[in-house]
Amino acid sequence: MAGEKKGLQLLDFWVSPFGQRCRIALDEKALPYEYLEQDLGNKSELLLRSNPVHKKIPVLLHDGRPVCESLIIVQYIDEAFSSSSGKPPLLPSDPYARAQARFWADYVDKKVYDCGTRLWKTKGEPQQQARKEMVEILKTLEGALGDKPYFGGDEFGFVDVAFVPFTAWFLTYERYGEISVDKECPRLAAWAKRCGERESVNKNLSPPEKVYEFIGTLKKKFGIE
Amino acid sequence: MEKATENAKNPAPLKLLGSWASSYTHRVQLALRLKGLEFEYKEEDLGSKSEELLRLNPVHKKVPVLVHGGRALPESVVILQYLDDAWPETRPLLPADAFDRALARFWCHFADDKLGPAVGAVFASTGEEQEAAVRQVHENLALLEAELRDGAFRGRRFFGGDEVGFLDVVLGCGSYWLAVFEEVTGVRLVDADAFPLFHAWLREFEALDEVRETIPAVDRLLEYARGVRHMLLGLAGGAGAGGDATEAPAATAAPPAAAPPAAATDIAVDI
Repeated sequence: MAGEKKGLQLLDFWVSPFGQRCRIALDEKALPYEYLEQDLGNKSELLLRSNPVHKKIPVLLHDGRPVCESLIIVQYIDEAFSSSSGKPPLLPSDPYARAQARFWADYVDKKVYDCGTRLWKTKGEPQQQARKEMVEILKTLEGALGDKPYFGGDEFGFVDVAFVPFTAWFLTYERYGEISVDKECPRLAAWAKRCGERESVNKNLSPPEKVYEFIGTLKKKFGIE
Repeated sequence: MEKATENAKNPAPLKLLGSWASSYTHRVQLALRLKGLEFEYKEEDLGSKSEELLRLNPVHKKVPVLVHGGRALPESVVILQYLDDAWPETRPLLPADAFDRALARFWCHFADDKLGPAVGAVFASTGEEQEAAVRQVHENLALLEAELRDGAFRGRRFFGGDEVGFLDVVLGCGSYWLAVFEEVTGVRLVDADAFPLFHAWLREFEALDEVRETIPAVDRLLEYARGVRHMLLGLAGGAGAGGDATEAPAATAAPPAAAPPAAATDIAVDI
């Protein structure tokens, strides 16, 4: 297409953990990109054109061509820029280790966000159920982490990128769900702190209080007491 | 790289735990056949899961699970990519180009997240609810048809190009349920006039030897589907079934990603 913008652009929404995965991956690879904040209440022509199927962020545009879905974007960044970035790959090279990484990233996708949403959107019995499930999910992830510094082992990798944005949501889960991540999953809490020391993570995660504030606003908007 | 040539020279045995009516299981069986990989198959009774399955897939407790050299790999989409990684000398399922790979993954996720559940919803409902579900399926098929007509896959015999690939396996092992559901529910899902390219692709896919070897005979599928629909509609219409009655049928027909955990989910038809 004539006049397509060269380089990388990220269509995103400031508090989105899915968008943050992409920002972290781009920074880990030291790739320059243009960040384009989207108004989700009034979606732009560019967003609708780039992701006509889902109309959602994040979308990565590479020389004008769209890549959609956060984990697909992260893999794309890893694969398309593996040699040029000179940075270590996010996915390991061993086939079985790669499969495990994909499995756990998929687990985060299937479980964390939905259960977290139920924690602040519901009350009574459904909220209690969500609370139980969230503790189980976090403990399962803690089990996968084991004694390793990162999910990938010694190096920060794919699963770490997939899950770390949700650590900014722990405070929100704790307040609405009355869960203490520090108490229930101390190794996970330690991992979150360790990741937070990385520049790519520190720079791109929303401050936990801001996430909590944002959810408060959403609750009011949806009329949830 | 070492691991891959190791696989070629001294192959560790492959064992697949699956269920005969599970399209997720068929994906893996088909992929193994396309790559010419020998494997042992073990049929799992999903109503009474083996100790082995629960040990190999403790997180989701589902089929398929591929066991290679004693190590367990669950989740069909993860397994398919593992096969490419571990046997790079065999015909690749995913394309080589990073952008094409992203597209294949995107539409695979669409199949599992949107199309599959929509088809499941048609199967699990009647009346107005079913009409809405049918519209949803048509909308989803229209998106795929558009990609085949003038989008990412235009001019191709298969989604993978001249040969079947990752997306063909994922979409194809599930699309055979469309004709079965049409027969059982009396509802038209894939109109050859409305979706000519999708229809043509499906015929090509189903004609392949490896596919015919993998997909169960249509009368077995019909019998199974009739049984499940009877059960689902029985639950939905049943008195005293409680507030969850309408939840359960949709859940049992939809693929795991869309359904709450329940033993019944696994017995059901998944797309």
